[in-house]
Amino acid sequence: MNKDLFQNRYNVVRIIIVVFAAVFVLRLAYLQLFEKKYDKIAFDNAIKEVEVYPTRGLVYDRKGELIVYNEAIYDIMVTPRLAKTADSPKICSLLKLTMEDYSTRMAKARQYSAHKASVFMKQVSLEDYQRFEESQYLFPGFDGQVRTIRKYPHNCAAVILGDVGEVDDNQIKNSNGYYKPGDYVGQSGLERYYEKELGGTQGKKFIYVDVHNREQGRFNDGKYDTAAIAGDNLYSTIDIKLQEYGEQLMANKKGSIIAIEPETGEILCMVSSPGYDPNLLCGAIRGENFKKLVFDSLKPLFNRATMATYSPGSTFKPLVGLISLDEGVQGEIYTVPCNGFYPFAGLSLKCSHHHPWATNIEYALAQSCNPYFWQTFRNAIENPKYTRIQDSYGQWADYCRSFGLGSRLGIDLPSEARGNIPSINYYNKIYGEKGWHSATIISLGIGQGEILVTPLQLANFYAAVGNHGWYIKPHLVKTFQKVHDKNEVKPDLKKIYASIDTRWYVPVNDGLRQVVEAGTAIESRIEGISLCGKTGTVQNSHGDHHSVFAGFAPKDNPKIAIAVVVENAGFGATFACPIASLMVERFINDTIADNRKAKEKKMMETNLLDKYALGKNMPVTNGHH
Amino acid sequence: MRKEEKFTGNIDWITVLIYVVLVLIGWAAIYSAVYTEGLSPFNTVGRDTTVNTGKQFQWIIASAIFAAIILIIDGKFFVTFSYVIYGAFIPLLIGVMFFGAESHGQRNWIRIGGFQMQPSELVKFTTSLALAKYLSTLNVDIRRWRDKWIAFAIIGIPMLIVIVQGDAGSAIVFVVFALVLFREGLESYYLIIGGSVIFLSLLALIVPHLWYLWIAFAIVAALLIYFNFKNRRLVYAIAGIALIASVYVTGVNFIFDHLKPHQKDRINVLLGKEVEKGKDWNIRQSIIAIGSGGLTGKGYLQGTQTKLKFVPEQSTDFIYSSIGEEFGFAGSVLIIGLFIALLMRLMYLAERQRSKYSRVYGYCVVSILFFHFLINIGMAIGVAPVIGIPLPFISYGGSSLLAFTLLLFVFIRLDSQRLEVLR
Repeated sequence: MNKDLFQNRYNVVRIIIVVFAAVFVLRLAYLQLFEKKYDKIAFDNAIKEVEVYPTRGLVYDRKGELIVYNEAIYDIMVTPRLAKTADSPKICSLLKLTMEDYSTRMAKARQYSAHKASVFMKQVSLEDYQRFEESQYLFPGFDGQVRTIRKYPHNCAAVILGDVGEVDDNQIKNSNGYYKPGDYVGQSGLERYYEKELGGTQGKKFIYVDVHNREQGRFNDGKYDTAAIAGDNLYSTIDIKLQEYGEQLMANKKGSIIAIEPETGEILCMVSSPGYDPNLLCGAIRGENFKKLVFDSLKPLFNRATMATYSPGSTFKPLVGLISLDEGVQGEIYTVPCNGFYPFAGLSLKCSHHHPWATNIEYALAQSCNPYFWQTFRNAIENPKYTRIQDSYGQWADYCRSFGLGSRLGIDLPSEARGNIPSINYYNKIYGEKGWHSATIISLGIGQGEILVTPLQLANFYAAVGNHGWYIKPHLVKTFQKVHDKNEVKPDLKKIYASIDTRWYVPVNDGLRQVVEAGTAIESRIEGISLCGKTGTVQNSHGDHHSVFAGFAPKDNPKIAIAVVVENAGFGATFACPIASLMVERFINDTIADNRKAKEKKMMETNLLDKYALGKNMPVTNGHH
Repeated sequence: MRKEEKFTGNIDWITVLIYVVLVLIGWAAIYSAVYTEGLSPFNTVGRDTTVNTGKQFQWIIASAIFAAIILIIDGKFFVTFSYVIYGAFIPLLIGVMFFGAESHGQRNWIRIGGFQMQPSELVKFTTSLALAKYLSTLNVDIRRWRDKWIAFAIIGIPMLIVIVQGDAGSAIVFVVFALVLFREGLESYYLIIGGSVIFLSLLALIVPHLWYLWIAFAIVAALLIYFNFKNRRLVYAIAGIALIASVYVTGVNFIFDHLKPHQKDRINVLLGKEVEKGKDWNIRQSIIAIGSGGLTGKGYLQGTQTKLKFVPEQSTDFIYSSIGEEFGFAGSVLIIGLFIALLMRLMYLAERQRSKYSRVYGYCVVSILFFHFLINIGMAIGVAPVIGIPLPFISYGGSSLLAFTLLLFVFIRLDSQRLEVLR
């Protein structure tokens, strides 16, 4: 019908088609057979290694009361590409955001990735999250991710328990790849010191994730996964009731209380005042509150019980006595005349008050007679047994060090001050080898001068005195409840002996008993409890004297050793001593006698914060001088 | 000529078989593309892509019925009413721009009940009818200018309307009718010029500075002139071509600079140039999917790129990447092989027609299928621009499956009746 002139073009069209098909086949061969990188890209796309976070160990007090637990909170995640149709005004009202807030958060998420989920809002409370979840069908692209934060039901003991926060760059670097940004670890206190035990061990799982970074099932049925191992539960030595009580007594005062069970070295309470509610450093509010606490002029983050150092003042006198007794330079019966002053090398040395002459160590302690202890100290330093002061002072300082003074005791907290027992070199350097003698360092005799102790060291010293010469390293952890096998952390319960003969504690402890029974601390005697101790009124360059008391009770087989420092509060007998006596009474009797309720009320209600107002007194971090 | 006893007797079962295989592969691939744990392949409940397999199944049944109906209708019906069908479609096509339903950002859909369809899918078919009719008219010779213009108009009018509708992807398909015209006698230089234009356009976009090209053209032209110095006419021609080429690449560059950003990005992605992160996402993920398939693939329903939704439009435009990932080189080449087999078979059938109408129509079918094949697979493997057109018989989509079925089976019907035509 039609003459076909162009049948040969059939082949041209065929060739065109075949050429294109061949190009495709070559391209496919390149992509699928020769280029290997796509396997890996597809694998990396689809399979994600995810950390499985263990639950943190719980913390109990010495009586088994729960003092730290975990609470679930939620991070709200968003995948911007899917969230275009989300009901944004509703989200804003549920999460209490402004629309601008919403846009900035969304922009930030988009900057990370439009296709992948990232945090839209951190740490939303359970109630907020539940309301959000009810309407979640209106919010495509939004999703919740559960996390846990710490809760401290007693709102106290912040400096002991510490806090948990995001790892910093250093921690990540030092963790050998274990931590990654956004992980949480203990940042202070027990949370930090026992991170290994409390933190547990992260697990890993390999999951398929879709393009929106949402889990789509296990890779290889979890064959390569490892389970997370929960953290151990920690049983602390703290008596949380005593701790709470101590914090009440110290309210609106600057200072610290530390109590130790002498028999075991277990720390019963550790109050650093002003403190803060540990819950302030949990969850979303942490950053803001942390900043506030750091810049607070009263330094609530500073653990005054272990980090602040003070001259021990008169609380040091028992040690001065013990050394001289042990050195044999004076006996129990020894008289130092006191007419209110001490004539020595032209120095103006005065006693704090008038009292009859002390004829023995007991009475000297009870009256806290300064001349008596200057003389006692001189006797030790001018001991004819030694030819050089370097030898006699060296011996004296070693006695001090044998009680753990001048070095860290090794408590199980991340940081501790070492205090100071001045070295021979220190004086040699200042005065020259021949330039110093007993008069140069005479103030050491009453616990002033260069000597510095932490309240912890002071309490520990009194525990040793109560024990007649030994102590066990003070510690905060009794035991861990093993959830899994790991190197067991056992407190070091070895008795450490001081180098003073046991018999010398008899007269000294009698004296300490007299302090409360008939001496400077008579106001604080407790019916039925043989409280022993020593008041201290510590001179310092930061304003009024610090009020200090340290002691133990009962006299035989003491159950509690305690040190109390109230900064710039005046005489030891006015604040530190009553507070200590209330703590002891509360601990031993579990209640406060009616006739002492008024004292309790007064201690709790006294507000000394005015004294610390800026300009009047500098913030005190240690009581040097 | 004796009429056949059974109308099935002359049906080309080879073509039908390849069609059935492609449709079934498509259905299986769609199931894999939208697969989630426990998904029934017949599910049609839901608002996301999980209904695609179930719906496609319904479309396949509908297409089968539709194909059967076409095979019953006398092929002369289409021959007779070619212009009527073509003519009736033009106002419909214009009408949907104003009265149509909107979907995927384009107002070019007709919605009847739950069924919606793009007339632009069908317009390829109607244009094929009209073109076949015109070219088979006695004394029409495509080499004549008048006939050329009429043929161009038949193709150009619907193409223009589709462009106006904003569906540039579907409009580009009409370019492929040049292949039909070529088969029917269009001068070769149309193809040569067309090919050169594409080549120069690519050069203009790839070469970073225009003056590189200008210098290159000048050098080539100078060399050619040097060797053909004696032939004055050739010298003028060479100089002229070089000049035109220079002006052309300058023009392409100018137009490119004034394109919308997303259009620029598409072109840049295609050319392998660096674009802003995320803009080339689709192509990159598709290439990763195919590339990670290896020789034999990850296995059916095992493709991670596919299952985890890294490739967008997985069941429609990028269905080929799902096959490439799960069946590897073997599966990918099989699909190409099936298409080549289909195209070759159809060309063979076209060539054996006694009626010029049937032959032209057959070439229209071949050209349209070839172009879709070329662009869709080329896009998935990163050698063709991102133009969202489906892979015939395989991609998810009712209107496209029905339209391609119609296109193909009308030809099968015409072929089955080829002996009825008197020489």
